[in-house]
Amino acid sequence: MATLIVDDKEIDVPGEYTLLQACEEAGAEIPRFCYHERLSIAGNCRMCLVEVVGAPKPVASCAQQVRDLRPGRDGEPPAINTKTPLVKKAREGVMEFLLINHPLDCPICDQGGECDLQDQSMGYGIDTSRYKENKRAVEEKYMGPLVKTVMTRCIQCTRCVRFAAEIAGVEEIGAIGRGEDMEITTYLEKSLESELSGNVIDLCPVGALTSKPYAFTARPWELRKTETIDAMDAVGSNIRVDCRGREVMRILPRLHEEINEEWITDKTRFIWDGLRTQRLDRPYVRKDGRLQPCSWTEAFEMIASKIKSAKPERVGAIAGDLVCVESMMALRDLMEKLGSPNLDCRQEGSLISNEQRANYLFNTTIQGLEDADAVLLVGTNPRVEAPLVNARLRKLYLRAQARIGAIGPQTDLRYDVEWLGEGPQTLQEIADGTHEFAEVLRSAKRPVIILGMGALEREDGQAIMHLAAQAAAKFGVVSGASEDGDAGWNCLNVLHTAASRVGGLDLGFLPGDGGMTTHDMVSAFQSGNLDVLYLLGADELPLSRSASTFIVYQGSHGDRGASIADVILPGAAYTEKNALWVNTEGRVQLGRRAAFPPGEAKEDWAIVRALSEHVGAKLEYDSLAQIRNALLKANEIFASIDYAPGADTAGTFDLEKVGQAGPIDGSPFVYPIRDFYLTNPIARASKTMAECSALSAEALAQAAE
Amino acid sequence: MSVRRLAKEQPTEFSFSPENLAWAEKQVAKYPDGKQASAIIPLLWCAQKQNAGWVSEPAMRYLAEMLDMAYIRVYEVATFYTMFNLAPLGKYHVQLCGTTPCWLRGADELKAVCEEKIGPKGTTSADGMFTWTEVECLGACCNAPMVQINDDYFEDLTKETLGAFLDDLRSGRAPKPGSATGRTSSEPFGGPSTLTDPNLYDKSAAAPVDFAGRTAPSEGGSDASG
Repeated sequence: MATLIVDDKEIDVPGEYTLLQACEEAGAEIPRFCYHERLSIAGNCRMCLVEVVGAPKPVASCAQQVRDLRPGRDGEPPAINTKTPLVKKAREGVMEFLLINHPLDCPICDQGGECDLQDQSMGYGIDTSRYKENKRAVEEKYMGPLVKTVMTRCIQCTRCVRFAAEIAGVEEIGAIGRGEDMEITTYLEKSLESELSGNVIDLCPVGALTSKPYAFTARPWELRKTETIDAMDAVGSNIRVDCRGREVMRILPRLHEEINEEWITDKTRFIWDGLRTQRLDRPYVRKDGRLQPCSWTEAFEMIASKIKSAKPERVGAIAGDLVCVESMMALRDLMEKLGSPNLDCRQEGSLISNEQRANYLFNTTIQGLEDADAVLLVGTNPRVEAPLVNARLRKLYLRAQARIGAIGPQTDLRYDVEWLGEGPQTLQEIADGTHEFAEVLRSAKRPVIILGMGALEREDGQAIMHLAAQAAAKFGVVSGASEDGDAGWNCLNVLHTAASRVGGLDLGFLPGDGGMTTHDMVSAFQSGNLDVLYLLGADELPLSRSASTFIVYQGSHGDRGASIADVILPGAAYTEKNALWVNTEGRVQLGRRAAFPPGEAKEDWAIVRALSEHVGAKLEYDSLAQIRNALLKANEIFASIDYAPGADTAGTFDLEKVGQAGPIDGSPFVYPIRDFYLTNPIARASKTMAECSALSAEALAQAAE
Repeated sequence: MSVRRLAKEQPTEFSFSPENLAWAEKQVAKYPDGKQASAIIPLLWCAQKQNAGWVSEPAMRYLAEMLDMAYIRVYEVATFYTMFNLAPLGKYHVQLCGTTPCWLRGADELKAVCEEKIGPKGTTSADGMFTWTEVECLGACCNAPMVQINDDYFEDLTKETLGAFLDDLRSGRAPKPGSATGRTSSEPFGGPSTLTDPNLYDKSAAAPVDFAGRTAPSEGGSDASG
């Protein structure tokens, strides 16, 4: 620890703190543009100048460390002033320089109202400029369909350059030219090829990089902000949904160190135009082969008549990727009351059991990955399945503290990976200890094994899981907290791809005794042995229209599920309901309603509740509070909001019971996500996502040449 | 300085000639493993020499792949340094120094000559022989005003001498580099004014000195540890 005096206040901070951090610790406010906690230090905007007593001129506080300060003449601690006339003059001078070439187009700038430059020039600048010369103008640069550029506004802080190179792992943005003519661009104006590219919009302290789809649509002060949870992947990023009236205008990240830090993926950020199109806004029934609008009562009566006339074991229900815990709870209870054991939330077709909770969770936790020293990826491409988990892995790689090995077809993960093999036999070799990577895992203190859906949704998924658990037992560490203060470590992880999956498993939305799994239901459907199939937001199944099975589709978008349905019940999208989500770590999070569902659409649990009355199996909850109470009775984990168990459950985790020993198939893993931008019905309804998808397909084709 | 852009028309590909490739590999070998990118400036320079005085876009990609760098990083370096030309030039690149000492000694007159014989600043003459640009100090201030033509310095110029040099080059004759007034390096006009004593050059000053009777150690003597 080092002692120093900031504005006459004596504080102790670690020596490796920068002066800027020390000043913040002391409560002094330091303006900055180029400095960002999560990026490397550039020190080029000069806005953070402070006075170090005894130094001949002001010092850029972001770029000097406390331990480099010298004590005073008589050994007194070094002193920093942030409020003296010298500092004020320095800031005014820097601000005047920054504004020499910055256009006065705030009234037409999308950053207006939430602009660092605007705020700081109000706070630290002067009211005029001594420069009468013409302002420099810079040509616009193309950066793809997501990021709009107005490069004349750029103040060359290089945050975007550093973000692309450091966090996203794509060296695509750079600064060309020099001096006044320095310009930020991509190589020959190629579009950005990162799943995290949208974050440069948040990072840009001025209006140089703004959101292209959001351009000229709204002002920040007229938006209603709702803090909620993302459902695009199983990471459960914390987001803020900004609405004007009933329309979602944009989606921004919220800070959550343990999950998404302050980043979100492009799919999370730009999905919002999909929330407006292809919406199911009223119930439909199929009459004479065509779907026709109808009333809620008509739809319910139709379903009730079909369900009542069918044998319970010929009724099935499958929950999709975007559904919330409450709606699964309601449907589970309804199926139970109807006496049908055929329900499954594992739409992808895996057979993960919920016998032990740690069995299906990302037990290391996302933040916990930062402590790992060896990582084995099995059948997962985290770059598209969970880009923010991938960003953590890249962080690990940059610190050069872990060896990262992967089993699966080679792909670019944005960091160097040792490709060990393509199929499960490599995992077998590692579990047997004959593979050289086994030694890496054995010698690692905190190894991590990540199983992706590419490994688990296969027919031999359970055998692969068993193998991984054996490897974990042999080389890994699965231990609870110990008395010497060690928090414990659980190295076995499942990386889910669907926001609903862990919630469904927690709830037990799984086949009952003798019940059919997703796979069984699909084959029963195809052989005509299913009378009623209830699809709760399930769109990714290989089904087509059938005369023998009556399909009920409940969901928010007219996608694959709705096109084959006999009755459509319009539900709410993830931004339109107060609901619980459980992320891949097993962290229960509370989503809040940002806007109301369109037309006659309703919250999903309420639809099931209303239907239950028509089929004569009335559910016992009438309000959200009541269903939440029922949820807590079903599984008390739903009470622990924002708690990820991590290694807490490691003490009772029985690795022998993970998966099922069995023969493995030698075929290589196939990653579950082929197109990152089109994984769910909302994304498929989004024009922006379609554009991104086309561009990335083009880039892939070019790379293949 | 002005905004620098890549030429619109670019060759389809670039690769080093065998000699240049061997030279480039030697440059790269100077740096530790994983730091090959440090060799980018000499390699860009070499690529520029091979490509008639300018760096083409395929050359940037070629070097990026050679040094395992991102394309944008090479692009940044090439656009940062004005010594890398991003568009084709004439056969002779005339870099005219316009910084204060040269300017005081008549750089403006030289500019007028260039404008007359070549064309406006930054352009290539119609016959493709010359491109002239104004540059900052080239470090030959004692011999101001001066220009650099390709690799050679031409110093102590007047509008007449520069005009004659350009005419020579145009008609295929090679003017002699260095001072146009014939002085050796940067000695004063009219010959040297100091160090003129001929004894300085007869090696007498280098003879062994007798320090009060003791003879200084002779060459290759006992003081080998030195």
